[in-house]
Amino acid sequence: MELLANILISAMIAATPLLFAATGELVAERSGVLNLGVEGMMIVGAIAGFSTIIATKSATLALAAAIASGAVMAALFGVLALTLRANQVASGLALTMFGLGLSALWGQGYSGLSAPAFPRLFIPGLTDIPFLGKLLFGQDGLIYLALAMVVVVAWVLDRTRLGLIVRAIGENHDAAHAIGYPVLAYRYLALMFGGAMAGLGGAYLSLVQAPLWVERMTAGRGWIALALVVFAAWRPWRVLLGAYLFGGITILQLHSQALGVKIDAQLLSMLPYLATIIVLVVISRDAMKVKLTAPQCLGKPFHAAA
Amino acid sequence: MLRLEPRREPSRPMFYVTPFLAIGLTLVAGIVLFEALDKPPLAAMRLIFIEPLTSLRGVAELLVKGTPLILIAIGLAISFRGGIWNIGAEGQFTIGALAGGAVALAFYPATGWWLLPLMSFAGIAGGAAWAAIPALLRTRCNANEILVSLMLVYVAVLLLGSLVHGALRDPDGLNFPESRLFQTSLPILIEGTRAHVGFLVGLAAVLLSWVLLERHFLGFQIKVLGQAPRAARYGGFSDKGLTWFCFLVSGGCAGLAGLFEAAGPVGQLVPALPSGYGFTAIVVAFLGRLNPIGILLAGLLLALTYIGGETAQIAMSLPSATTAVFQGMFLFFLLAADVLVNYRPRWISKRSPATDPRAHSDAQVGTMRHLPTP
Repeated sequence: MELLANILISAMIAATPLLFAATGELVAERSGVLNLGVEGMMIVGAIAGFSTIIATKSATLALAAAIASGAVMAALFGVLALTLRANQVASGLALTMFGLGLSALWGQGYSGLSAPAFPRLFIPGLTDIPFLGKLLFGQDGLIYLALAMVVVVAWVLDRTRLGLIVRAIGENHDAAHAIGYPVLAYRYLALMFGGAMAGLGGAYLSLVQAPLWVERMTAGRGWIALALVVFAAWRPWRVLLGAYLFGGITILQLHSQALGVKIDAQLLSMLPYLATIIVLVVISRDAMKVKLTAPQCLGKPFHAAA
Repeated sequence: MLRLEPRREPSRPMFYVTPFLAIGLTLVAGIVLFEALDKPPLAAMRLIFIEPLTSLRGVAELLVKGTPLILIAIGLAISFRGGIWNIGAEGQFTIGALAGGAVALAFYPATGWWLLPLMSFAGIAGGAAWAAIPALLRTRCNANEILVSLMLVYVAVLLLGSLVHGALRDPDGLNFPESRLFQTSLPILIEGTRAHVGFLVGLAAVLLSWVLLERHFLGFQIKVLGQAPRAARYGGFSDKGLTWFCFLVSGGCAGLAGLFEAAGPVGQLVPALPSGYGFTAIVVAFLGRLNPIGILLAGLLLALTYIGGETAQIAMSLPSATTAVFQGMFLFFLLAADVLVNYRPRWISKRSPATDPRAHSDAQVGTMRHLPTP
């Protein structure tokens, strides 16, 4: 029981950064923006959060810094891809490269330091419940925030006027423009929301999961998050499923060693990446289905006069 | 206020001017960056962009770092022109080095004139095979090639790490994760430096790819596929065949570059062999306008940032990540400046609508968003 609870908890911890980043990217993609810079925004969020918590000792400020820096990175992408109408694929790559470089520069002098412990939830009575207590009420608040964000995003996208506008813009920006919605303004908003979420996901790595700063510590999670959005067919609930699935795969490597499985650690570390490829293959095999589920204007530049 | 007006057709002059504009903007941003880091900006810039060119050793190193960048970027340019986003060159580079290096180690301690060509062949085959995975999954299963090729980078790097820890580890070594030193290495181009014949191969690749892209029907097909996939289908060009071709060529180039790195300056297989050339080459390909000659120049420029970055690291204790920031900025500013190729910036005065005859009618419609389409 104790072992099972621990496995579940570490799967949740491994899934949370992916959940944040993928949920954010999902919103951006539903508005029609394909931002491949998730990895870059995550890593900048990670160092922004980490450097802030070292300087101020405040977890709240650290999270705020991560959110803000992720959103600023996303805005940079917006300037390139939305305002200047650059190719979105290339802009996303540029954002990732820039983010990796910037974070390494920023992080000089922070490697080796460790962050103060991140506050955990403790509800007397509830947290003491055996097995379920620790699982449901005993973790850091961000795990629950990530879950809550999925609910909020699903609700906003499917049930509110704002969500309807965002989806309309992602499906047909010319029609949305003709009705009078400011397409670029909404896209900037969705994009920056995605950036903020990616920043949070990065900060989760450097503040809670690690908790320390290592160059390139995101190790491809931003890209996995992008694959999760495809896996989820652009639906928030399926992002949740995908992220937890990947969390499980990630911790498989840790626990299989503990259980005495004799496989080289580096080969086991390949698992999440290989799983991503397999998932992509399985999901994308039906080309027509992907075409129908993907936002129709995904990755297309918008020009009002066109 | 500033408005963007679409051009009737992309501006040819701007197409060639914007890379230089991007370089200029990056240099300005670099000065700001160094100011922020509290380092003397002009001295730092001189150290990075001029100092390496003043010595034979520096120029030779330029060729050493430029070789993989140019080779990989040439392959990527062919691929990008066809609208095929092979982002995993770093992985193909790694597998190329691994395959070629494994051949060298398999024949250890034999040497001979035949070994280097064999290693090179294995390198090309390894890189191409690694690129064949996203090609297969793209053409057969419709899987996104960006994500697949990128995931394979991590797999390749882990595979290299695993093998030099295990099967390929130097049996006579001190248990360090590294292979034996190769008995065969690339012939040196300039005596007393590390510049090797790989650079000549890079030049040959520039020439060959120029012929392919500008003078051969296959190159034309690739361009049509990239710019107008529907037209390519109407023209009867094989969509899948071209995708395969783009992947195999770009993978092969990256694999050869990896083998050159392993058999050249490094001389063995080490976990740190993949040092980001595959990603920097993306910047090189774009900055060079996906044009072989442009790539040659851009490759040397980006190589300069590597060497200059190292020099500055030692002389001014600048962080090594400075190079990466510069490379990111190059691509950033290039993409930003590229707006000038397709759009013409126009200053439309808001305060005095009377001076602009169009502003009046626009104001009546209540919006200035609808620019006259030429």
